[in-house]
Amino acid sequence: MGDAEPAPEARRIAQEARDRVRFEEEALGLADQVYRVARRLVGSREEAEDLVQEAYARAFRSWRSYTPGTNMRAWLLRILTNLNVDRGRRMQRAPDMQPLEESDYYLANKLASAGGEEVLDQERVVERLSQDSVVHALADIPSQFREVVVLVDIGDFTYADAAEILDIPIGTVMSRLHRGRRALKQKLAEETIA
Amino acid sequence: MTALDPCERCEELMQDFLDRTLTDREWKEAETHLAGCEYCARRYRFEETLRKYVRTTAAERMPPGLLGKLEELRGLDATT
Repeated sequence: MGDAEPAPEARRIAQEARDRVRFEEEALGLADQVYRVARRLVGSREEAEDLVQEAYARAFRSWRSYTPGTNMRAWLLRILTNLNVDRGRRMQRAPDMQPLEESDYYLANKLASAGGEEVLDQERVVERLSQDSVVHALADIPSQFREVVVLVDIGDFTYADAAEILDIPIGTVMSRLHRGRRALKQKLAEETIA
Repeated sequence: MTALDPCERCEELMQDFLDRTLTDREWKEAETHLAGCEYCARRYRFEETLRKYVRTTAAERMPPGLLGKLEELRGLDATT
């Protein structure tokens, strides 16, 4: 006599266990990309590690609310950015200042007037702007602008993904991105040109 | 309405030009201007370099050990 067919309940449990493992494997495969975004949203490596762990703990607990086949990277980042906003509220930081509205060519023009037009050429740009200056400038721009710049320009998310992650309209993503990039260039100019 | 100086207009279009979100007409307008204006062409190359540079310098790999900590979170129950 052959083995009896497993009961429907047992089959359901086994299927759910497989789905869960698949979900966890996929989520863990995205950890490096999630960390890269987290690292630029917060001030230190330790804070970024904590934030990523908190986000994964929440994701693993609520894995059933993820719809298979949709953008898991965006789903994870949505959890992470929400947690980050909550942390910010808990720390009751002073409200962010609005960045000044400098032009898009602000940094280029400042560098050119300090060192000549050739300073704008590729290899000279890298000479003038150190890695530290980029990291400091990014950390220094107001958080609502920084999160959009980090998602789109560092995390490679589309405007639509960033809008979904941050739960804001796509037009707001675009305007914050433009203003965030200008603010970044202004900070870089301050960092670079004495 | 006052017409913008062509270089100011090019500056206005530059970020969307780099994002590839301009309409065909605007794209052509920017491209035509860039082909004949060294001042703006240099700024275009600068902006493009800057974007790539920010992307590469700001990206920091996940520290060793973090993946192991995340692995330990597997199987967390909704009630824990």
